[in-house]
Amino acid sequence: MAYRHFEFIEKHAWTLGILTAVMVSLGGLAEITPLFAEARQVRPPENIRPYDPLRLAGHDIYVREGCYLCHSQMIRALRFETQRYGHFSAADESVYDRPFQWGSKRTGPDLARIGGKYSDEWQRAHLLDPRSVVPQSNMPAYPWLSQEKLDGGDVAARMRVLRQLGDPYSDADIAAAPAAVDGKTELEALIAYLQGLGIANEPQTAATAASAPAAGVSP
Amino acid sequence: MGINGGMMTKTEYYDDHVVRLFLLTTVLWGIVGMLVGVYVAAELAWPVLNFEIPWLTFSRLRPDHTFGVIFGFCGSALMATCYYVVQRTGHVRLAWGRLAEFTFWGWQAACILSMVTIPLGITQSKEYAEPEWFIDILIAVVWVCFGAVFFATLARRRIRHIYVAVWYYGAFIIAVGLLHIVNNIAIPVSLTKSYQIYSGVVDAMVQWWYGHNAVAFIFTAGFLGMMYYFVPRQAQQPLWSYRFSIVNFWALISIYMWAGSHHLMYTALPDWVQSVGMAFSLVLLMPSWGSAVNGLFTFNGSWHRLRTDPAAKFMVLALVFYAAATFEGSMMAIKTVNSLSHYTDWTVAHVHSGTLGWVAMITIGSLYAMAPRALGRPAMHSHKAMELHFWLHASGALLYVIAMWIAGVTEGLMWRATQPDGSLTYPFIDSLIAIKPLYVVRWLGGMLIWTGMLVMAWNLWHTAADARRKIILPVPVPIPDPEAHQTPPPLPAAG
Repeated sequence: MAYRHFEFIEKHAWTLGILTAVMVSLGGLAEITPLFAEARQVRPPENIRPYDPLRLAGHDIYVREGCYLCHSQMIRALRFETQRYGHFSAADESVYDRPFQWGSKRTGPDLARIGGKYSDEWQRAHLLDPRSVVPQSNMPAYPWLSQEKLDGGDVAARMRVLRQLGDPYSDADIAAAPAAVDGKTELEALIAYLQGLGIANEPQTAATAASAPAAGVSP
Repeated sequence: MGINGGMMTKTEYYDDHVVRLFLLTTVLWGIVGMLVGVYVAAELAWPVLNFEIPWLTFSRLRPDHTFGVIFGFCGSALMATCYYVVQRTGHVRLAWGRLAEFTFWGWQAACILSMVTIPLGITQSKEYAEPEWFIDILIAVVWVCFGAVFFATLARRRIRHIYVAVWYYGAFIIAVGLLHIVNNIAIPVSLTKSYQIYSGVVDAMVQWWYGHNAVAFIFTAGFLGMMYYFVPRQAQQPLWSYRFSIVNFWALISIYMWAGSHHLMYTALPDWVQSVGMAFSLVLLMPSWGSAVNGLFTFNGSWHRLRTDPAAKFMVLALVFYAAATFEGSMMAIKTVNSLSHYTDWTVAHVHSGTLGWVAMITIGSLYAMAPRALGRPAMHSHKAMELHFWLHASGALLYVIAMWIAGVTEGLMWRATQPDGSLTYPFIDSLIAIKPLYVVRWLGGMLIWTGMLVMAWNLWHTAADARRKIILPVPVPIPDPEAHQTPPPLPAAG
């Protein structure tokens, strides 16, 4: 292309603008659209259920407080990662996470399979005053979580929006939500969420898959 | 309307009012955003500093820091210089002055709302896209108006040829609008909570397509526009190679959009997307260095200015940091390197060598070049204060980046270290204990930079003394002779 042809672009703002828009769109189209297609095909396996009301509330508190800024939920497929944290994370484990909680920085350890590794009592003490159980920790204390009560109507409203987005909540699930979170504090919800992380949906090896009854367990 | 107005028409003046407003908020948001940054840095070193107050807690405030500096500081700086450059390169007054002023107030409203709601926990918790849905709508509206003013001004320009700096500003406006809208599609539950339509893997890819290209089109394209205008001005030399700048433009804007998946190496993202991201990240080094080289070589024959001109010093060091950070970024996108660097403070070092080194320094250099002209003064109030700012900022940035490099590599090596029998050498907490002193060093570096920002604010306040007394003379638009057969015909000058 002779330079004088190119000069046309340099002198016409709309041509320049449209070509720019085309060039910046290619990468996203090439990388994101196939994922949409894939996500539509792959349904989450039976043993991965959407969050029950208490854990959903806990998940949203985790999101609100910004825990993802220091804790990832993505065990990479690397030997030293699986050795420290457990089986590497699979794509279907985060299908119900809006937004996804893979994180980008670990000031603290990964939490993808933290569920059941510590007692509820330990989690409570750690959230209220991290240095009471880990003296060297630089995690902030979150004492206000134990003072705030959950709002059942709000949790039900959230489940209705999630159902609109495709999460398989039934009418009965949503109707039961206010009772399920009644009187619970934000701290209890967050602990329930943490204690569920990675427990039921840890991909199973051939040996355990044969013996474990997996279906129908909440994450 | 005719072109034979001749001597009868009034002189047209540049609209620098909105430029001055954005100039002011650039400095204010710079100080606020960096103060929050210094505070969260201190919290990592001394965790009691949240005083058990929710909105003062690290995890609530860190997004406030990033939002304040990206959208408050960088956003204001880019809109100020964009309005300044599109007028000067087109020899035309800004189109739709009142809409331009609306973009100022609308943008400030969006920034203030975001900075208040994020620490209160009203957040989408999407990195660099934290504001909730109602603020996102406001941002989208302001952005479309910004684009309208920009392209309407271009449409009535008197210089047919569009200078490359304006291309970058145009790409910045188009791409950021696209990214913002696609990334923030959500269904509200209430005023303060929404769920986005993406989840899991798709969300991860959309998020880092957005996150990485916010880097590409705010931190890179926007600031390259600034560079391509202000560096030749300050060097008093033509751009080293205009054609090279054009090749780099198309390469940069198209390749960047493919590279976002390098934020998700070894994760549950499909492997082919990771590999495509890595390949494009490596290719990206070429247009990145092309732009850096073009800027640096523009100083050929003007290097002596570095002895006397702090603005030029800021610009040259900015370009050096740009070259260094883009090289580092491409290397970190290699899977082997990424397996060590990801999730560590090395990422933080990389971001800040890009933002403190490149973004902040090219901004400060350009502000020192633009502010006297926009404020009707021959020069900045204090030369010494600019020198002091340069040394505070440069030493602060180096201290910050070096501390976080060491911290990041330490973490990466300790997390993967194994004993001869194959078991892990260190529990996680050991890596935190090892890098804690470096968190203090990083905080010190941040304090130096923040002090420099205060020095700049003081200097600008005094430079703006005339402007505050409203005895500032507007700058007339030079009306070029019409080119033969120019279409559309040049506009008559109008007040």
